[in-house]
Amino acid sequence: MSFLQYLISGISLGSVYALIALGYTMVYGIAKMLNFAHGDVIMVGAFTTYTVCSTMGLPPLLGVLAAVVLCTLLGMLIEKVAYKPLRKASSPLAVLITAIGVSYLLQNVALLIFGGNAKSFTSVLSVGSLKLFDGQLLITGETIVTILVCLVIIVVLMLFINKTKAGQAMLAVSEDKGAAQLMGINVNATIALTFAIGSALAAVAGVLLCSAYPTLTPYTGSMPGIKAFVAAVFGGIGSIPGAFIGGILLGIIEIFGKAYISSQMADTIVFAVLIIVLLFKPTGLLGKNIQEKV
Amino acid sequence: MSMLEVKDLQVYYGVIQAIKGVSFHVEEGEVIALIGANGAGKTTILHTISGLLSPAAGSVTFEGTDIVKTPGHKIVSMGMAHVPEGRRVFAQLSVLQNLKMGAYTRKDKEEISQSLKAVFDRFPRLEERQGQMAGTLSGGEQQMLAMGRALMSKPKLILMDEPSMGLSPIFVNEIFDIIEKVSKSGTTVLLVEQNAKKALSIADRAYVLETGNIVLEGRAEELLHNDAIRKAYLGE
Repeated sequence: MSFLQYLISGISLGSVYALIALGYTMVYGIAKMLNFAHGDVIMVGAFTTYTVCSTMGLPPLLGVLAAVVLCTLLGMLIEKVAYKPLRKASSPLAVLITAIGVSYLLQNVALLIFGGNAKSFTSVLSVGSLKLFDGQLLITGETIVTILVCLVIIVVLMLFINKTKAGQAMLAVSEDKGAAQLMGINVNATIALTFAIGSALAAVAGVLLCSAYPTLTPYTGSMPGIKAFVAAVFGGIGSIPGAFIGGILLGIIEIFGKAYISSQMADTIVFAVLIIVLLFKPTGLLGKNIQEKV
Repeated sequence: MSMLEVKDLQVYYGVIQAIKGVSFHVEEGEVIALIGANGAGKTTILHTISGLLSPAAGSVTFEGTDIVKTPGHKIVSMGMAHVPEGRRVFAQLSVLQNLKMGAYTRKDKEEISQSLKAVFDRFPRLEERQGQMAGTLSGGEQQMLAMGRALMSKPKLILMDEPSMGLSPIFVNEIFDIIEKVSKSGTTVLLVEQNAKKALSIADRAYVLETGNIVLEGRAEELLHNDAIRKAYLGE
């Protein structure tokens, strides 16, 4: 029974990774850059909810909404101010280093506002736990909601990309910006939209993460951010189903590693798995092998 | 008024001047060929007209409007389409999705499906393969797709960049037949080609480009019989 328990916690943690990994992979797909500040957007989302709910005492739904709105705007602002001017830079390293700079900036602004002490995050979810098999299997409300939210988001996102004009424009821009522009697609607006969606998902991930693991510091986002990046690479960076599968698998591996091998070694195991996958399948599980026809 | 008028166009890549003051015009209904060797600046000119590049000086006037400052993505809906060099179809999208992408700026669903039908009539092979990923098509089929995609925007003027590049002789003839048909159906064509003989055989007028300058212009038939052209571009 404990196996099932661990599996469910793994899927739940993996769902959060998947939500974050989606942001990484979508931004990579379209802007061909790794947005290392993405993890810190999670932290901003969690602090927003914390401020609205715990400090101001407003209802949880409002807190989540505020986090989503603020992170969406923040994501678009970061793209416009920090990344867009570098889009034509001669070295792709320029934007990568800028992203790391933005990451430190967000962490330190949070440190300035909220201080370094860990805040205790009150879960925004008031859903009861589910007891199965005479109480042998306990699934918390947070776990259920996290998995459901992740599933709904994935389905909506896939529908958005495959069924709407804006989604098709995103696919076109991610393949060939010049050709997309020749179709009449506004490339800059499409990239901004991608950052907006990725950041909104990061806000949701932040709230879910802190509901399950309720300590909040300015550095809360960085480790999940890096793990979600691993998940995105694991699944095949640039691939949306890949981010989803990579995230879930990573969550399961981490929880199983903690439970059956060693809780201190869990992160090592996670990264070791990544290395092994990349050795045998360098493009990740669902990565595309790009062949160009001349 | 010319459909397209390019005046004193100058384009730089960094400090290198690729286009050194080029002027030409395209009248409605014409097929105009821009010919020249590799690196003469043909593609740069087309990219500047359709807004992928910005010129350092000069003007591009399309149906009386200066479009140099117009954002590239707005030029399509003014009635100009561009079939880029190397085709640049969206390899991961299906043939049908590629064609629909061509109609991105159009709203009327009824008219879009009419255009789609017209494209399928012109390129039956695309209809057969509409569900296939564009990246799996052969070079000639990709060229047809790139042309079909451009036609989906219902352009008044279509820019074509090296449509025959890398194609087998059979496909080359087929592509030039299609260009003639496109022209006959009322679309003005600005054609960039290295295959000078073929280009001159279907064009009304032509301009010869050498390292960023127009060195010769005239009626296509005359150029086809010009000794200098025959030596330099027709391999005779």
